[in-house]
Amino acid sequence: MTPVYPPGVKRHMYLITALVLLSVVSLLVAVSTGSVTLSMTELWQAVRLPDGNASSLIVWDIRIPRALAAFLCGGLLALSGVVMQVLLRNPLADPYILGVSGGAAVGALIAITLGAAALWMTQAAFAGAMFSVLLVFGLAARSRHWSSTRLLLTGVVVSAGWGALINILLTTSTANTVQSMLFWLMGDLSQSRPNLWHLLILISGLAILLSQARHLNALSRGDLSAAALGVNVARLKLILYFSAALMTATAVTVAGSVGFVGLVVPHMLRLLGARDHRWLIPGSLFLGGSFLVLADTLARTIVAPQQLPVGVLTALIGVPLFLVILHRGYRQETL
Amino acid sequence: MNSPLLNVSELSLCSPGGILCEPVSLYLNAGERLAILGKNGTGKTTLLHTLCGLQPVTAGTVSFEGLDLRELSGQQTARLCGMLFQHEAEPMPATVYEVVMLGRLPHARQWHWESRQDHDIVQQSLKLLNLSSLATRDIHTLSGGERQRVAIAAVLAQQPRIFMLDEPSNHLDIAFQIQALNLLCERVSQDNTALIMATHDINLAARFCTHVLLLNGKGGYRFGETESVLDSATLSDAFECRVDMIVTPERRLFFPA
Repeated sequence: MTPVYPPGVKRHMYLITALVLLSVVSLLVAVSTGSVTLSMTELWQAVRLPDGNASSLIVWDIRIPRALAAFLCGGLLALSGVVMQVLLRNPLADPYILGVSGGAAVGALIAITLGAAALWMTQAAFAGAMFSVLLVFGLAARSRHWSSTRLLLTGVVVSAGWGALINILLTTSTANTVQSMLFWLMGDLSQSRPNLWHLLILISGLAILLSQARHLNALSRGDLSAAALGVNVARLKLILYFSAALMTATAVTVAGSVGFVGLVVPHMLRLLGARDHRWLIPGSLFLGGSFLVLADTLARTIVAPQQLPVGVLTALIGVPLFLVILHRGYRQETL
Repeated sequence: MNSPLLNVSELSLCSPGGILCEPVSLYLNAGERLAILGKNGTGKTTLLHTLCGLQPVTAGTVSFEGLDLRELSGQQTARLCGMLFQHEAEPMPATVYEVVMLGRLPHARQWHWESRQDHDIVQQSLKLLNLSSLATRDIHTLSGGERQRVAIAAVLAQQPRIFMLDEPSNHLDIAFQIQALNLLCERVSQDNTALIMATHDINLAARFCTHVLLLNGKGGYRFGETESVLDSATLSDAFECRVDMIVTPERRLFFPA
């Protein structure tokens, strides 16, 4: 009797199908709920005939852009979470661990302090994020062997530096600006409008990661093991680092620093059996996207008409989830 | 006359601490098995890593059937050399099956999924190391010896021209030490490949290897057929510890006195 191990393609297909369905459902829920709740028929009418009545305006001008922004952001964050966890070979890594969000926050807060318009705020956030990426990379890559530990330490230290700058900006600001700063820092989708660039970055990031998926499998076993299997580790890490950074910076400019999506989503999928990156990567996109869409729907309905920053909701859902996962992981290790 | 499967000439062995050994020259033909012996820190692992391209060749040449290692791509090298590491970090979750399947990576083409043949090879490797029943287990839940068998199964599935094994007997009980090395040696003669292993077990080296490279830690080395290199005087000198020898009808046994 030889136990034949099922390669698991079927199981993975079911998982991905379920996640695609979840994405569709979450988007429908997001578009139909809010101050005016629409039935599916009303929603269909409003989508099909944008004739300028109240519900079609709400759907087209407010809810659809916001839901898409949430999906895009969640997808980007989950994808770069997967990459960061492999790159640093640390299950606690998240998209922000290398200081991307700190840099973006400092950029955005400076723009807010100067009273700049929303457009300039996004530009400043993006510039801050990319500056932080280059800074961390430049500092960590000094020596030829940029080990994961070195990168991680550099990222954490640079993040701490950004944290201090953020606190300076917060404490020296007027009460008016502090609130918008706090919303930005916690992650907020109420002002978000996705554009073609964001979509383009998501699609190209996904394509790059999928093309490297088997190499990611090898890299998660260690740098040397991957190199011995013929992977060009230095090149792969460079590609991964910059695509993750670009995706995170994009997400941060769309919604501020939304926490927990990038950390928790890859772990949830791994626990569901998707450890192979050829499944984990598309799975993360769909699960991350729908997770943030649902969190944002809750954020704007739970204490309506007041809106909560979405980052609060992802943390509220993410913290217990993550603790459960950690506990499970702990039990596995001691088995 | 074909060039040997592996030809190393005047290769420098350097570590961050400095030069480990005078330039090494050796060759290995198909079907041959080489043991690298020497005290801790004499450069056994450095040599293995240099041979399979994980460390740059700073001086001297390494060539496989006349092809210079420096001209080969990572994937080409990985098809030639299958490396078994001494320590493997396993921080990310993966099943036994997935880890062994990674051995097929050097043979994979971009955008292609594993073929039926890849699955057959993996399942056969698992079976050879009595791992079939563990296939779906997470690597973290295995014992040290089981992990070592998983690593050996992965390198078997890689089907390299030269197996490069860093302490293959690590964590294995004596039965599995013999089983695993028998298996690898059979594979070597069957497929007309070769094997290099760094080890601390002189008796395993004497039993399974046709050639020995003995690094003496003082910058010198001896390379030759097992019979001619291994004797108690040479070993005692290299290990700075008296090594005695017993001759049994089957083989010679070495042990520290």
